[in-house]
Amino acid sequence: MSTSPMNMTRQPALLGTSGIIFLAVLVAVSVLVPVLNLAVAPDSAVHVPTYVVSLLGKYLTYALLALSVDLIWGYVGILSLGQGAFFALGGYAMGMYLMRQIGTRGVYGDPVLPDFMVFLNWKELPWFWYGFDMFPFAALMVLLAPGLLALVFGWFAFRSRVTGVYLSIITQAMTFALLLAFFRNDMGFGGNNGLTDFKDILGFNIQADGTRLVLFVLSALALALGYVLCRFLVRSHFGKVLVAIRDAETRVRFTGYRAENYKLVAFVVSAMLAGIAGALYVPQVGIINPSEFSPANSIEIIVWVAVGGRGTLVGAALGAVLVNYAKTYFTSGILAPYWLFMLGGLFVAVTLFLPKGIVGTFYEWREKRRQHDDIPDEPLATPRPAE
Amino acid sequence: MTATATLAPATAELATAEPAPAAKKELTEALLYLDAVTVTFDGFRALNALSFTVDPGEMRAVIGPNGAGKTTMMDVITGKTRPDRGDVFFDGGITDLTKLDETQIATLGIGRKFQKPTVFENHTVLDNLRLALKGQRRALPNIFRRESAAARERIDEIFETIRLTEHRDRLGGALSHGQKQWLEIGMLLAQDPKLLLVDEPVAGMTDAETAQTAELLRAINANGHSVVVVEHDMTFVRDLGVRVMCLHEGSVLAEGTLDQVSANERVIEVYLGR
Amino acid sequence: MTSSARLSRLPRVLCAALALLFAAALVQRVEAQDISAALGQLTTNKYDDTEAALGALALSGSPAAAGIVSALADGKLFFGGTPPRVFIEGTGGALLDPLTMQPVADAPAVKPVRVNNRIRRAIDAASGALSLVSLDAAKRREAALAVGRSRDEAALPALEMALGKETDPKVKSAMNLARASILIGKEGITPAERIAAVELVGAEGNQDALAILRSVPESAAPEVKQAAAAAIEGIERNLALWGVAQNVWYGLSLGSVLLLAAIGLAITFGVMGVINMAHGEMVMLGAYTTYVVQEVIRTSYPGLFDASLLIAIPLAFVFTGLIGVLIERTVIRFLYGRALETLLATWGISLILQQAIRTIFGPTNREVGAPSWMSGSFEIGHLSITSGRLWIIVFALMVFFALLATLRLTRIGLEMRAVTQNRRMAASMGIRTNWVDAMTFGLGSGIAGMAGVALSQIDNVSPNLGQSYIIDSFLVVVFGGVGNLWGTLVGAMTLGVANKLLEPYAGAVLGKISLLVIVILFIQKRPRGLFALKGRSIEA
Repeated sequence: MSTSPMNMTRQPALLGTSGIIFLAVLVAVSVLVPVLNLAVAPDSAVHVPTYVVSLLGKYLTYALLALSVDLIWGYVGILSLGQGAFFALGGYAMGMYLMRQIGTRGVYGDPVLPDFMVFLNWKELPWFWYGFDMFPFAALMVLLAPGLLALVFGWFAFRSRVTGVYLSIITQAMTFALLLAFFRNDMGFGGNNGLTDFKDILGFNIQADGTRLVLFVLSALALALGYVLCRFLVRSHFGKVLVAIRDAETRVRFTGYRAENYKLVAFVVSAMLAGIAGALYVPQVGIINPSEFSPANSIEIIVWVAVGGRGTLVGAALGAVLVNYAKTYFTSGILAPYWLFMLGGLFVAVTLFLPKGIVGTFYEWREKRRQHDDIPDEPLATPRPAE
Repeated sequence: MTATATLAPATAELATAEPAPAAKKELTEALLYLDAVTVTFDGFRALNALSFTVDPGEMRAVIGPNGAGKTTMMDVITGKTRPDRGDVFFDGGITDLTKLDETQIATLGIGRKFQKPTVFENHTVLDNLRLALKGQRRALPNIFRRESAAARERIDEIFETIRLTEHRDRLGGALSHGQKQWLEIGMLLAQDPKLLLVDEPVAGMTDAETAQTAELLRAINANGHSVVVVEHDMTFVRDLGVRVMCLHEGSVLAEGTLDQVSANERVIEVYLGR
Repeated sequence: MTSSARLSRLPRVLCAALALLFAAALVQRVEAQDISAALGQLTTNKYDDTEAALGALALSGSPAAAGIVSALADGKLFFGGTPPRVFIEGTGGALLDPLTMQPVADAPAVKPVRVNNRIRRAIDAASGALSLVSLDAAKRREAALAVGRSRDEAALPALEMALGKETDPKVKSAMNLARASILIGKEGITPAERIAAVELVGAEGNQDALAILRSVPESAAPEVKQAAAAAIEGIERNLALWGVAQNVWYGLSLGSVLLLAAIGLAITFGVMGVINMAHGEMVMLGAYTTYVVQEVIRTSYPGLFDASLLIAIPLAFVFTGLIGVLIERTVIRFLYGRALETLLATWGISLILQQAIRTIFGPTNREVGAPSWMSGSFEIGHLSITSGRLWIIVFALMVFFALLATLRLTRIGLEMRAVTQNRRMAASMGIRTNWVDAMTFGLGSGIAGMAGVALSQIDNVSPNLGQSYIIDSFLVVVFGGVGNLWGTLVGAMTLGVANKLLEPYAGAVLGKISLLVIVILFIQKRPRGLFALKGRSIEA
């Protein structure tokens, strides 16, 4: 191997090959899908019906969610079993905006109160619903609600050095507590039923084909920007400290870095990305309810990332789409009763046989080939499973 | 704990009383000042009224049997363990280290090499040094940080010193044991600390590597860094040629040149063997 | 109609009829035991006489009186002959003498003593009053309590008569209380008498006593009202304490459930460091084992039903233990040292187990019955304690101490501890570490299965059973301090009691939420739990 005299060597580019391929695929999809939906006759074999557009849009929001998990799990070693909570909070913020847009078209026709509040005999809008009739405020809340929760939670957790499994367990307890809270009618978020029956968004009919397409393209855009942001972060000096924390947190502290602050920044960014994913998810599926907080949901996100390959970003997005496509495919057919067997088996199989995931395994294979001629006797340092 | 117990409390009493003029002078002149430091784990006294000072620019070797409290001593100095009792001051008595955490102490200028070599295994050797290099430590500014020319030069210098220039693009985890030890010392250098605490730097090294490491540490010390080395390898300690301190059951058993310490009856009894 | 149902109607009946009865009784001056005059009145075939006779019988206190009244109620009381006499119809139609209950040799032709609605009310009243002198002490006490609740002044003469004869101290105090309850509201008694009554009622210290004390008339003397206020305050303070005690009991009960759920995890997670997300499913499998055992018993050996749980406990232990060993051998042993991966793999296993149970038994709840010895309840002071909960607490503690003993005293326990502390050293000492791993995991799983048997008694047996316990279990183990069984015990009981003490203020769901938040904050304060193992910190 030739070593250059200058130490400006092998600084990975902002995107890298897989990043460029990933973005190209996203661009292609967000052009192709609208075209195949609008310009191709409905009876054509390549026509994409609107329900598929929404389904694909949903996958893209899941991919963004998986990306947010990969940022903290893959690069900082924080296995959050409560990421679904941030997703759901973003979703609720969007759902509250959509509820306020219904206006007098609700079943009870109250101009201010959403139907469930009329049903519960409430007379006034609770204070925390103020402002959600304005989109910019709601959009801000999509970022702030998950961001603030992550900030407070992370500040306590990281400062007192709760790490590894302990952190995973308390993040799970956090989302479980929120699940219980949002189930309560008194909380003012629609209780068990959540928020649904949306009519329009920014004045556009939420059921219309055009709106669905725009939401789809926006999801693709958000995923692309989210990817570039994560990539930028992990490449920076900041990102290198994150990986260092993942592998040897004590060493990082003794080197003079305040590890908890780095973790906190990454955790908050990750929560906000999850919130954006949730906000894009809600208008496309038309409902948000407390089940999004269930601990099982959050764990499922982890397996998407594990399947694709943690610490690769692209892999996380790929895993999310693959697993969810499989879920749609199998739960709608005769194999439906066996889906949970498959999902469970997938958890076991990936951890046992594919610990680096699809993309990670591919990288490893490529790296081995590249090194084959240079240093045959030195195996590649396998990233040890960070806790 | 009979014979040593009589030794230790004597120093403890001295410190808890009104500081004697001699002690005060010691405090203001010392880079590192430990006085009557006691640490207990579940009834086990890891440190028992440990007292010693390290002067600016000094290199000190610490020897002692397993369980003598060498690693705990380093834990106390670097803020990883809080002492139950006693004072730990840095920089002429300006800073009370018992009030600070690891990060603050590292920023003050105390670097530590662990017994088990700890480098960032998934970063290249170059990135390991970049991360250690003295400079911005806060999170947000580091997102947009760019490397300066001066930093690049400094890193090249360190590479020369630790002789790893050839390996700059390899992953830290792919280095051999001895190379990892050097990389870690290099990372300490990059931090540019006033005091280096080095825990068993030559464990698992060949004789040649051991000699090179002694040379490396002497060079670092000659550059004005104070160094405290914990080591079992007596050849290495002799190579260093510095003042030696023997710990036993959490206190200083003997202090002086290697020959003086080796001649001490108690040291022979508990550590060197007859 | 059962006797208790009749007794519950007693107060009303007493109110209606006793006044009349005792007015009559005073004129009659019937001596105790002497009921011959009353018997004579029953032969006149006149309703007025019959009613008067019933009044006399009620106050007579004679042992035979109760039999006569109940025979009349059942239409088995006859009269006839010259001079007319009264007979009770025995089994097989034989006529018996009402005093001796012996068959009469020369039975005359007889007619039944007639009964109408008025007489029926009088019968009820008389049998009520007679219960105060019944031979059965429990019945006497019940009757006294009923009178006390009714607070009917008209019952006072019968009560005082019964008090005069009463020897059983418990019954006597109940009667005294009943008398005091009546006296508190009665017109025309001296303040001293009323204060004595207030104090007597106050000493009872329950909700009923509170109601009685609050009814002290406005017109009462100030010192009486003062005494009543003091007694009320005392009772309220006392009741608040009992309320706390009751909540603590509920808390211990919840804590024992948490302990049962967590104790297996304390082994797999606490001792081995395996994040076993399928732990809840082991509990679930134990519950289903109970269901299967009960099904087999129901269809084939119905007589064994009361023993079903005792049969299920070892079966559940062995069955889930084997499943645990299987999981350890096929999955977990490849993942030691990779805690987060273990978490994912065992989560996958939990999904598979849930779905397997759903496929075999269906998604709906399965009925698991309680054996007779687990139903019922009793009271200690003002605490009400259900047997089922008590047994679960006992069982949880038994499992806990059995496990502790296993780890401390047995060979396998020694080997487990050895492997936990230093795997390589243990291996070089000839301990088969693989085998010990499998056994340890099997033990933890088996204990979870036994917990499932107990939890099948208080929770719905459905495929989701385990999910509801997994988070709680982890919190208990982490809260108590990982690797410390005593910590798990204290952690479970603390969380259980804290939950139940929070509930009255915050409600069930908010109480649970605030507890989760408290535990989260606690773990951040002490990341290693209540009983953390302190030691020289491990590097890096």
